[in-house]
Amino acid sequence: MSTELTTTAGAAGARSQAIGRFLSRYGILLSFLILFAILSFAHPNFLSTANLMNVLRQVSINGILAIGMTFVILTGGIDLSIGSVLALTGVVAGSLVTGEDPYNPAIAFFAAVGVGALFGAVNGTLIARFSVPAFVVTLGMLSMARGATLLYSNGRPIPNLSPEFRWLGQGFIAGIPVPVIIFAIVFIAAWITLRYTVYGRWIYAVGGNVKSAKTSGIPTRTVIFSAYLLMGALAGLAGMILTARTTSALPQAGLGYELDAIAAVVIGGTSLTGGVGSVVYTLIGALIIGVISNGLDLMGVSSYYQQIIKGAIIVVAVLIDRSRNLNP
Amino acid sequence: MFGVATNKKNGALELRSTGRNVLVAEPASPGEGKPEQAHHVLVPPASVSPSAPQQGVVADTDLLLAATSISKAFAGVPALVDGRIRLKRGSVHALCGGNGAGKSTFLNILMGLHRADAGTVMVKGRVVHYASAAEALADGIAIITQELSPVLDMTVAENIYLGREPRRLGWFADKAKMEADATALFARLGFDIDARVTMRSLSVAKIQLVEIAKAISRESDILIMDEPTSAIGEKEAATLFQAIRSLQDQGVGIIYVSHRLTDIFSIADSYTVFRDGRFIEAGDLADIDRQRLISLIVGRDLRDQEARDSTSTGEPMISVSGFARHGQFEDISLDLAKGEILGLYGLMGAGRSEFANALYGNAPKDAGTVTIEGRPVEIRSPSDALSNGIAIVTEDRKETGLVLTSSVSENVVLAALDQFSRLGFVDGKKVASNVDGQIARFRIRTASRDLPVQSLSGGNQQKVVLARCVETEPKILICDEPTRGIDEGAKREVYAFLSAFAAAGNSVLMISSEIPEILANADRILVFRRGRIAGELKGAAATQEALVHLAS
Repeated sequence: MSTELTTTAGAAGARSQAIGRFLSRYGILLSFLILFAILSFAHPNFLSTANLMNVLRQVSINGILAIGMTFVILTGGIDLSIGSVLALTGVVAGSLVTGEDPYNPAIAFFAAVGVGALFGAVNGTLIARFSVPAFVVTLGMLSMARGATLLYSNGRPIPNLSPEFRWLGQGFIAGIPVPVIIFAIVFIAAWITLRYTVYGRWIYAVGGNVKSAKTSGIPTRTVIFSAYLLMGALAGLAGMILTARTTSALPQAGLGYELDAIAAVVIGGTSLTGGVGSVVYTLIGALIIGVISNGLDLMGVSSYYQQIIKGAIIVVAVLIDRSRNLNP
Repeated sequence: MFGVATNKKNGALELRSTGRNVLVAEPASPGEGKPEQAHHVLVPPASVSPSAPQQGVVADTDLLLAATSISKAFAGVPALVDGRIRLKRGSVHALCGGNGAGKSTFLNILMGLHRADAGTVMVKGRVVHYASAAEALADGIAIITQELSPVLDMTVAENIYLGREPRRLGWFADKAKMEADATALFARLGFDIDARVTMRSLSVAKIQLVEIAKAISRESDILIMDEPTSAIGEKEAATLFQAIRSLQDQGVGIIYVSHRLTDIFSIADSYTVFRDGRFIEAGDLADIDRQRLISLIVGRDLRDQEARDSTSTGEPMISVSGFARHGQFEDISLDLAKGEILGLYGLMGAGRSEFANALYGNAPKDAGTVTIEGRPVEIRSPSDALSNGIAIVTEDRKETGLVLTSSVSENVVLAALDQFSRLGFVDGKKVASNVDGQIARFRIRTASRDLPVQSLSGGNQQKVVLARCVETEPKILICDEPTRGIDEGAKREVYAFLSAFAAAGNSVLMISSEIPEILANADRILVFRRGRIAGELKGAAATQEALVHLAS
C-alpha cells in the first residue's frame, strides 16, 4: 500500500528515501573506502605500491571464485565444492609442467580449466536435470574432488614447476601481476555478461522466479546448468593461478575457499535466495576481505583473531543489509 | 459460544476478565506525530460493576467496532487519510474500494499491525490502541488474510491450533483433542475436510477454508475477511457463505473485503466505501444497486459492463483435439476462431488451469494434438508455444507470472529478449523506448520503468504481465483468471485490451471463475466439470444459472 503511493511522496519522505537509495547503492563502497582510509592511517606501509599489488594478487584468486559464485547464487543456488575442485585442478596443472620435460603452460591452463568445467558440468547436471538440491550435490562433490586430488597426487606436493608456468602466478605485465590481469579480464567479462547480454537477464530471471522464467520460454535448466559449468571452469582457472603462485601444487590447497567466495558475494549484498546482486558488489566484497586480512597482517594480528574478525564482518554486513531492507 | 461478553438482557457491557490489565489509551489527537508515544493508562480489568458508568463506554451495545478519522502515512506518503467504519453485532459489512484505496492499511491498523497516526478506534465501547496483533486477538478481533500461510507438512488440526495447542501434563500437545475439536469445528461449519491429513495434501481452496476455520475457531466476535473467495470456487464459496450466515446469527460482526461485487451483494448487508485513502460513503446494501456501488468505488460513472459484440470471423485459428492428462482432464477438444474470445468456466479443480498449462507446454500431457491455422504443431515447452504464437497470462502473477525482484522493464521484455538483442547483447535503448510505449499503452502507473515490479499495485502488475505477452506478438492469448485481485478500474482496462486484441483478428482463451466477467466478455463459453467439457453455452443460453448448473 505504501509503495503504491511513493510517486507522490512528500518532501521529507522523498529525502529519506533518496538517502536510503544512496546507501543501498553505495553503502558497501562507502564501507570499503572508510576501511581503506583507516588502514592507510593505521599503518604506513599499507599504501605502498608493493603492498597494494600484494593485496590485489591475494584478492585475485578469491575474486575469480567469487565471480563464479555470484552467477551460481544469482540463480538461487550454491557451490560448496570449489575449494576441492581448485585443489584438483591445481595438481593436474602442476603434474603437466613438472620434471625434465614440462608441457607448454597453455596445455596446463586448458587442462585445469577443462577439469574444473567437467566437475562443474557434473554438479550442474545433477542440480538442473535431476533436481537434486545444490547444497547436497556440491557437498558430496567437495568430498569426492578432494579424494580425487589426494589419489592423483598420492597425497604429496608436486614440486619443480617450470618457470614458464610459474610466470602465470608470479610474473608481471607492465608492472601489474599476471593474476591481477587475469582477474580483471574475468571481472569485466562477467560484468558485461550480466549487465548487457540476454544470458545475463536469464540468470537474474531464473533466480528471481524460475516459474515465471520458464513461462517466458527461457531454458531454465540450461541456464542453471551453465552457472555451475562456469563456476567449475573458474575454479580451474583459480587453481592453476594458485599453483603457479605457490611454486608447487599442494593437494591440501583451497581448504575453506568456498566459504571466502560465498562471504565476498554475501558482503556484496547479493541475495542468497537469488535474483538480486551484481559482480561489482562482489568485487568490493572480495576487496573488503582482502584488505582486512592484509591490514591485520601488517598490524601483526594473529591469524586466529583474523578468522574471528572476518566471520563477524560477514554477519554484520548481512545484518546491515537486512535492516536496510526492513526500514527503507 | 463465541465468548461474547455482552449481557444483552441487562443492556450493559462487562469487560472480559482475562486476568491481565487492560490497556486503555487516550485517543491520539490529529496531527500528533508519533502514536507510539501516546500515553497509555492502565486500568484494572473487569472489576467494574455492570451498572456503574464507565468512561469511554457507549450505550449502544450493538456497536462492536467504531473507527473514526483514522490516518496513516508511510515515510511521509499518506496511505490513509480518513478511514471510518461502524460495525454492528450480527452484521456482514462490506468494505469496498479499489487497489490503493487504503483498505489494507485500515485493516492492519484495526489488527494492531500498524499504528494509526491519528484517529480513534473503539472496540465494544472501549477506545483501544493495539500495539500488536496479539492484543487485537485477545480482544476478540480475528482476521483472515489474502495471503495464506499454512505449515504444509503439519496436519490440518495442528495448523488450526498452531501456537495455542491444547496440552496434556503441561508439556505435551494433545493431538487427539486437537483433531476432535477440529473435526467438530468443520462439522459445525459444514466444511468437508479431514482434520487428520497434512495441509500439503489439500487443494488451495481447501487450504483457504482451513484458514477461515482457524480464524473462526478463535471464537472472536469481530471477524475480518480479506478476499476470502479469491482462491476458492463457487461451491466452496456457497459453503463459506452458509458458515458466515450462521456466525451472523450468533452475533458475530464481520468486515468483508472483496473485489467481487456479486459476493458482496449476496452476503453483506451494509457497506463502507473507501477511495484514495478516504471514507466516501456508508449505508445499507438494500438501498444501493451494483452500478451505484461501482461508481462509488471507481469515482466515476462506470456502467456495469455490457456483453461485448463478438468479433469472431469464423475462420479457425487453433484446434485442440483429445487433450488428456490422466487424473486432471480427459478428452478436451475445442476450436477457437480468429477474432473470438472463448471462455472456459468451471469450479476450482475442474481441470481448466491444468489444461491451459498443458496446452502451453508448461505441464505434461498424456495425449492430444494441436493444429494452428491448419498446420499441425507440436508444443512440448513454453518456448515451442511462444514460437507458435501462443502466450499465457498465468493464474497467479506473483507465484508464476512476474520476476518480482526485477524491474518493470526487465519483466516486460523477458519473453521477447531475442527481439531486443544482437549477438546476445541486449539493446538497452530499444528496450527502453519499447517499454515506455507499453507503459503508456497499458497505462501502467509507475514512476519509472526501472522500478522493481513488486512496488506496483496488483492491477498494474497484471498490466505488466499483459504487456509481456504482447511483446511476443502472439496470435493466441491464454488468460487464466486475468483480473483476480485487481480493482474495478483496472479490470475494465484488461477487458478493453482483450476485446481490442480479439478485434484485430487474434484469439483469446479466457479462464475465469467470475461468472459476470465471463458472461460479459466471452463470445462462447465451455464449461469444465471434473476434468471434462460438460457443455457449451453462447448467446441467450449463456446465463448465470446455466453456467452453475453445468459446472456443478
